[in-house]
Amino acid sequence: MEFKTVLTVCPYCGCGCNFYLEVLDGKVIGTIPCKTSPVNEGKLCIKGWNVHEFIQDPDRLTMPLIRENGSFREAGWDEALDLVASKLKKIKEQHGPDSIGLFASAKITNEENYVIQKFARAVIGTNNVDHCARL
Amino acid sequence: MIEKVIERVKELLEGGEIKGFVGLCNKNGHTAPYLFTEVAELDHLVVGDFQNPGDARYPLNKLLIDLYRAYPEEKFGVLVRGCDERGLNDLYVWNQLTPKNVVAVGIPCPQELADACGCPKPYPDNSVAEPIAEGAEAQDLIRMEALGVKERFTQWMEVFSKCIKCYGCRDICPMCFCKECSLELDELIPRGEMPPEIPIFHLVRAVHMAGRCIDCGLCNEACPVDIPLRTLYKKVGDIVYRKFNYRPGFDKGKSPLNVLENK
Repeated sequence: MEFKTVLTVCPYCGCGCNFYLEVLDGKVIGTIPCKTSPVNEGKLCIKGWNVHEFIQDPDRLTMPLIRENGSFREAGWDEALDLVASKLKKIKEQHGPDSIGLFASAKITNEENYVIQKFARAVIGTNNVDHCARL
Repeated sequence: MIEKVIERVKELLEGGEIKGFVGLCNKNGHTAPYLFTEVAELDHLVVGDFQNPGDARYPLNKLLIDLYRAYPEEKFGVLVRGCDERGLNDLYVWNQLTPKNVVAVGIPCPQELADACGCPKPYPDNSVAEPIAEGAEAQDLIRMEALGVKERFTQWMEVFSKCIKCYGCRDICPMCFCKECSLELDELIPRGEMPPEIPIFHLVRAVHMAGRCIDCGLCNEACPVDIPLRTLYKKVGDIVYRKFNYRPGFDKGKSPLNVLENK
């Protein structure tokens, strides 16, 4: 028998609420907000409260999927990224850089967000950059 | 007090009486719910007084239920205050735990905390120390009841309207043990549609808490918008006490609200 409570940060928005994941014999069975965290003081929203449900859900995507002939097939990262890059390139050539937009994330670092806008402006050539809450 | 708790848990673990102790642990500068299985870990045991008395309490009985469901043959110790022990008693009444699988290690609450909670019995029977506080009156309820019906209704609707529907009150509740919650029944609340209007959820939950709530106040503490849920459930508990002469956690035997026969 192994029971652990693992302190972690909510993966959803940028607030950074702290909670414990309850892990019994390797299975995540519950979420409980951290009372001593100055960020959320023992409170969570409905998304945070249910984080444990998706972590080990069988429907969770664990590898890239490529849609072919109306259905998905599993693929490696290299193949998937090559496909995305070639399609973006094609769209840019055919319709211009402003036909592409990028959404950054509240859950990644400042530096990663910097890279996203740099990629949009310097590589693709568009100012269409926004944050994930606009989705 | 902590020394006495540690001493008792050490005794239980070393004697092999319990498989583990569900308590609180000082980890990463935070207070965490924790299952102690080794005596050496007990140096990190705390009782949930982080900056103020009882400000880092967790629903340990809820963890205990999870462990019991996974390991029904094992015996566990659990850290309890007066309210948690009432919780254990009522969980026995509802057959969610059995006394032979549980060893309560209790601590009394100070008067400051008892007054803030309006706690009727701020000390457990199974305690490592004598009571240090007397039962306190529920001032919040007295204040609310002094208002006229209209004023009271307006005040409740006002606080309910702040609800962000996190349902944290249900999630943290150590007495919410149902395997199927009506909140998750597609027949009652269809998936993908708006959640129930205010104050339906709050009042339905209040009714579900009748004869069940042991007045620990964890729902109040988990509410992001400070809805005084505890006051509401105290009132519901009062009605059950008046009508059925039953107080969850104080009275053993069968709950008057249980229509099922005991096995």
